[in-house]
Amino acid sequence: MHQTCRIKQIIRETPKAVTLIINGKINYKPGQFIMLWLLGIDEKPFVISYLEANKFGVTIEEKGIFTKEISKIKKGTKVGIRGPYGNGFEIKNNSIIVAGGLGMAPALSLIKKIKNSTIIQGAKSKKYLLYLKNKDLLKIIEKNNNKIIYCTDDGSFGIRGFVTNVLKEIITKQIKTVYTCGPEIMLRKVFDICEKNKIECQASLERFCKCGIGICGSCAINDQLVCKDGPVFDSKQLRKLTELGKFARLKSGKKVKIEEYYNYRSK
Amino acid sequence: MLKSSFSYKSEVDSKMENEGSRKPTSRFSLDTNFCEIELQNPLVLASGVLGVSVDLLKRVVANGAGAVTTKSIGPVEREGHNNPTVVEIENGLYNAVGLPTPGYLNMDEEFKRWSEIKVPLIASIYGSSIEDYVEITEYIQKYKPAIIELNISCPNKEDGMVFGTSPNLTKELITAVKASSSIPIMPKLTPNCDNIAEIAIVCEGAGADAICAINTVQKEILHPKLKVPLLAYGKGGISGPIIKKIALEKVKEIRDAVEIPILGIGGITHGKDAVEMLKAGANLIGIGSGVYFRGMDVFKKVCNEIEQIMKKEGIKSINEI
Repeated sequence: MHQTCRIKQIIRETPKAVTLIINGKINYKPGQFIMLWLLGIDEKPFVISYLEANKFGVTIEEKGIFTKEISKIKKGTKVGIRGPYGNGFEIKNNSIIVAGGLGMAPALSLIKKIKNSTIIQGAKSKKYLLYLKNKDLLKIIEKNNNKIIYCTDDGSFGIRGFVTNVLKEIITKQIKTVYTCGPEIMLRKVFDICEKNKIECQASLERFCKCGIGICGSCAINDQLVCKDGPVFDSKQLRKLTELGKFARLKSGKKVKIEEYYNYRSK
Repeated sequence: MLKSSFSYKSEVDSKMENEGSRKPTSRFSLDTNFCEIELQNPLVLASGVLGVSVDLLKRVVANGAGAVTTKSIGPVEREGHNNPTVVEIENGLYNAVGLPTPGYLNMDEEFKRWSEIKVPLIASIYGSSIEDYVEITEYIQKYKPAIIELNISCPNKEDGMVFGTSPNLTKELITAVKASSSIPIMPKLTPNCDNIAEIAIVCEGAGADAICAINTVQKEILHPKLKVPLLAYGKGGISGPIIKKIALEKVKEIRDAVEIPILGIGGITHGKDAVEMLKAGANLIGIGSGVYFRGMDVFKKVCNEIEQIMKKEGIKSINEI
């Protein structure tokens, strides 16, 4: 059953994303997810972006049902939380994190645990780069001897171009793991680059999730359940996922091309 | 009735036998027969759990299920209810998923792969009218499921339970589907009715080949602190160990009323529960929420536990229980 918490703060991150800071304790491993229930709206899976002793944050993209409803959420609102669920990342230093768009949210808690690594963060343009003004993040990156490379499609900040192009340039045999979170077509490309370079990949996947506890099957990709077997899959598992970057299931369970799935999700 | 030639060994069992990790089954046999269909063990994946795709069903088979049931297939694409649709409660699960389905006309790709499943496959279907059930039955027959389960008991759809609680409608439905089916049909009954035995008698009289019971037990649960319904739909059905006692009672009532075989479902998570279900009169045992409580290999675990009980009680074949 859901534990009840209250929204402590709402942070406007980008024109399309907000972070809800929620009061409460959670025993969380980067890469896992929680089911967040906004009463009367919906219950959906979210990774935790900000994590402190007595509060945590989830970063929500304003799309679908949330586009209309997010403005109604006020400080002090009660929410329901289940979880955390899923496996989480296996932490390895000397790695690369490739995060596209909202994929920076799962990367955020990982960055705090990892050392001597490079983060490649990409977005459409400067205003869509998550956590750009977050000074704590830059301090942590420095403290852990990490570095961050920004990419934008329009060149309004950092390198002009795609995160995958940067990955191709900086990937070396010394890299322990490439972590990746973001749109699945990007994940597919990142995984292919890793395979070509014989470097392990850990990808955080997303599917339409209902139960979160491995029984309803709505989040299936091939014979794997994103909620229970994932959401993080390593190279060995990714090789078997022939549906990766190609097919996903709608809320009805209908299997469709990934492009159709993304259109459906953004409505 | 269709004479079926199902006699399969699951991949895992053959593998386990080859590796010698499982004791020879010759002394303690879990082999059984249901509607003239042979099963290597009596454990069946219940409908609604994991049965969205052939890939997942195959994984359940690899984890030891003797037969598997698809998620209920409906007449037209339907999304089901908003979340929360499934919530953990003490000793059980509480759900109102709301029968999401791609719709049978969108599922050929899945149906064509049913033949890859090396144990009997039970196709579960639902509809809003008798015509829906008949059309889906006629359509899916060509893909040769072992049994067609008629879900006439889902408490989580606006009109889902009308059939299963009304003896007259049930009779009409079973008669119509039976006339159009060359495959054994098995209605799934609800405990949320006045007299489940009466419904079972009607099913048998109208030509049902087997009975499946029970579906979830309807409840309206509020969140104790938030004071709102725990599920977005407002009400739902409970499953898991919390309903085992009710399931055993209902199966016994059905057993006393009809001759046809019963697939008994409700709160079975361990070998001792399965043996109780058989003793209550079930011929096969369904496991659904047990996947949550003990993992996907619950089938292997329960099989091993049944064997232990048989060994202790000196029972050689599951059919003696």
